[in-house]
Amino acid sequence: MDVVTDLKPAEPLLALRGISKRFTGVRALDRVDLDVHAGELHVLFGENGAGKSTLINVVSGTFPPDEGTFQFGGEDIRHLTPQRARAIGISPVFQEFSLVPSLTVEENLFLGREITRGGVLHAREMRKRATALIDELGFDLDPSQRVDDLSRAHQQMAEIAKALLGRVRLLILDEPTASLTERETGRLFELIARLKSQNIGLIYVSHRMREIRALADRVTVLRDGRHIRTLDAATSTDSELVELMTGRKIDLLFPTITHKPDKVMVDVENLTLADGSVGDVNFHARAGEITGVAGLVGCGKSELIRAIYGIEPIVSGTVRIDGLPYEFPAPRRSLKHGIAYFPANRIAEGLALSRPIRENASMTVLDLPAFARFGVLRQAVERTAIQGVMEQLQLRPPNIERTAGALSGGNRQKVMLGRALTRELTVFLFDEPSVGIDVGAKLEVYEFMKRLVEAGAAVIVVSSELPEVLALSNRLYVMHHGQIAAELTGAEKTEQNVLASFFREHLVTEVA
Amino acid sequence: MSTVVTAGMPRRSTHLGRSIVGRIGFLPALLVALIVGMSAIDPQFYGLINILNILRNASLLAIVACGQALVIVAGGFDLSVGAVVALASVVTAKTMAATAAAFPGNTALVIASGVAAGIGCGLVVGLVNGFCVAKLKVSGFVVTLGTMSATAGVGLMITSGIPVYGMPDSFVKGFGRAQLFGLPTAVYAALAVIAVMMFVQRRTLFGRYVYAIGGNVDAAVVSGVSIQRHIVGTYAVSSVLAALTGILLTAQVGSGQASFGGDRMMLQSIAAAVIGGVSLRGGVGRVEIVAISALFLTILGNALNLLHVDSRLQPVFLGIIMVAAVALDELSRRSKARV
Ligand SMILES: Nc1ncnc2c1ncn2[C@@H]1O[C@H](COP(=O)(O)OP(=O)(O)OP(=O)(O)O)[C@@H](O)[C@H]1O
Ligand SMILES: [Mg+2]
Repeated sequence: MDVVTDLKPAEPLLALRGISKRFTGVRALDRVDLDVHAGELHVLFGENGAGKSTLINVVSGTFPPDEGTFQFGGEDIRHLTPQRARAIGISPVFQEFSLVPSLTVEENLFLGREITRGGVLHAREMRKRATALIDELGFDLDPSQRVDDLSRAHQQMAEIAKALLGRVRLLILDEPTASLTERETGRLFELIARLKSQNIGLIYVSHRMREIRALADRVTVLRDGRHIRTLDAATSTDSELVELMTGRKIDLLFPTITHKPDKVMVDVENLTLADGSVGDVNFHARAGEITGVAGLVGCGKSELIRAIYGIEPIVSGTVRIDGLPYEFPAPRRSLKHGIAYFPANRIAEGLALSRPIRENASMTVLDLPAFARFGVLRQAVERTAIQGVMEQLQLRPPNIERTAGALSGGNRQKVMLGRALTRELTVFLFDEPSVGIDVGAKLEVYEFMKRLVEAGAAVIVVSSELPEVLALSNRLYVMHHGQIAAELTGAEKTEQNVLASFFREHLVTEVA
Repeated sequence: MSTVVTAGMPRRSTHLGRSIVGRIGFLPALLVALIVGMSAIDPQFYGLINILNILRNASLLAIVACGQALVIVAGGFDLSVGAVVALASVVTAKTMAATAAAFPGNTALVIASGVAAGIGCGLVVGLVNGFCVAKLKVSGFVVTLGTMSATAGVGLMITSGIPVYGMPDSFVKGFGRAQLFGLPTAVYAALAVIAVMMFVQRRTLFGRYVYAIGGNVDAAVVSGVSIQRHIVGTYAVSSVLAALTGILLTAQVGSGQASFGGDRMMLQSIAAAVIGGVSLRGGVGRVEIVAISALFLTILGNALNLLHVDSRLQPVFLGIIMVAAVALDELSRRSKARV
């Protein structure tokens, strides 16, 4: 992390003027201006599809803008490529990762700028530098591990480390905390504070108000690709920002859900998974209530629900659905039993990016007679059903024939949620349901869950966002190292108690 | 919200227009240019005999390429199609000869048994391919490389490399070489196959799941799609279509030969699929465009012959065109963003 400070303080580090970018059928950016100063954290705030990632792609040289000018460090920049952007100190961390899965963390860090001696890789030096960087960042990450063996949170850490290797003057973070939990988020925030004091400029994208409050110096609000306003974070309120973002007033509260716990729909007894991520877990979820599962990264919380759905192999223990034993779970049979699962990783497990939104949203229901008879699809039915569902979820742009790959991050999540609305289901397993979706859409999702439970479904929410699980769930399990550390209900369900169970083990060892 | 909806409407038509161009690409334009150019250069090109010849060959290639395209859309690869063409040819001819010897005069039975045997051996190869890929998780490339070699070996063993005769006249003259409204039977067979495959791709569950599997296997698994069945299905369809081509070829030539199909047909079928916009990454591709591209490749080969280009040089052209097609596909992908 070499730092260069050769700027007059008044001059912005990055100055964008009148940047426009069109994609087929969409104006993603429409004459956007943006100034970022050295040592400033500048938040980009906007709904899903507002153009934040597109702007970041322009700044980091992924593609050129259609029009507009671009200054960095007082110099005009033209024909920017990702390589050149890195060379002049612009380091992006993208929303969807840019790591090579089959290479190790270390190989990824140095990809494209390997240290060589006479054309031969200097492995020892690279290992030393990688370890030093990771230590400095305080991440718990092994440089020799392959990226596809890492959890999403660890991949995110690797991605951040990669961005910080070498000379950095402008660090761009596109929803970096989307898959991190409290602890890693805390580390990241400390790191950001350090970078700011080293006079590095930061662009930060997030849909979480708490983070914006904690970090931002200034906030630029984008809506439908247009620059709406740039405000000082200290003098603006949450509701003001949200109103600017959506163009209407929105209540920023979690919905009040009336839980009416009924019979046990999902009952898990002594469950142990083949990879050891979950050991001897007892767990149940009732119809008519939201059951939350919280825990740190790698605690086995998402493996638990994935096992129920049939994606993680089980070695021992039983799963009962609606009182009946459910042996050898598999996704297809789970859906037939009325169980739906919404994966956290939309790209890897959620969507076929080359296929239209309509096909992606209807993938889980096509075996129903309403959608296909004798193996022949009923396209009109499919189109109307999916159109209706996506309208309800406020997909934008609202054209269901575009490919899923052309959607912004948050809208991809909506396509996944759309699957649940097309089928009669009784058990809903949500893995990080609000990752990457904007404040308005988040409320939509919460309302959606509220409707589900109040109609008598069993909803299980696994989330790393503590306020979310606390507010939504009626009963909350806290997992730690693959085991249930606590089950909290009613008044016990507080942030302190959850954090206490996260760290209980550490305390116990300290006392002993 | 409402502003977005209204603003989105007028753009729709241009979006539609662009997506049509994007889907079919410049293939029709190339095809027309080739036809016009050749007609101007060489009058032999638009002679009836040459046209029928082109149509016959294009039809056979199109049938094989449709199956190949389906496999590639699902994210696989079928190298065995050429060998299956040969095997189906000799098996059909042998079976007909044997049945004719056992039941002389019973033409219907002779033809039925021959065709059934030909299609049957195609189905067997397809199922073997499919099971190895789906169950044993060996890559399609390796599996079909293996079955290609084995199938070709069996074909040679059956015939010792000598053409097999002894098929009923009604099969050869009445079917293979017959013409309906001036067009060879192979053309009708190809049109029927293309129509059915278009329907399968667009309107059936099988077709949709094949797109989903090729687009993102893990997503398809999570969505409850049974992967193995559909993978086996794609290889079975591909081999059966190759077998059908072998039978048509046999009927047309009048003998079963182990030299039919072969590597050349396999390479051409892959080229037709790729030039026809089937993405080797899976999940994208339509059979009707693959059929057009089969026609294009056949005309190109014919043109090179008429222009007396050395036959050893012709595969070079095929290679260049294929690489260019894939490069263009990648180029169009490059403008896409990381979100
Ligand atoms: N490769 C692409 N092809 C076509 N359209 C695209 C492409 N990438 C983005 N878009 C469109 O551009 C618009 C802006 O997308 P962008 O990804 O910048 O949104 P975003 O603000 O990052 O949203 P999110 O919060 O959901 O990540 C969207 O309407 C999106 O559909
Ligand atoms: Mg984005």
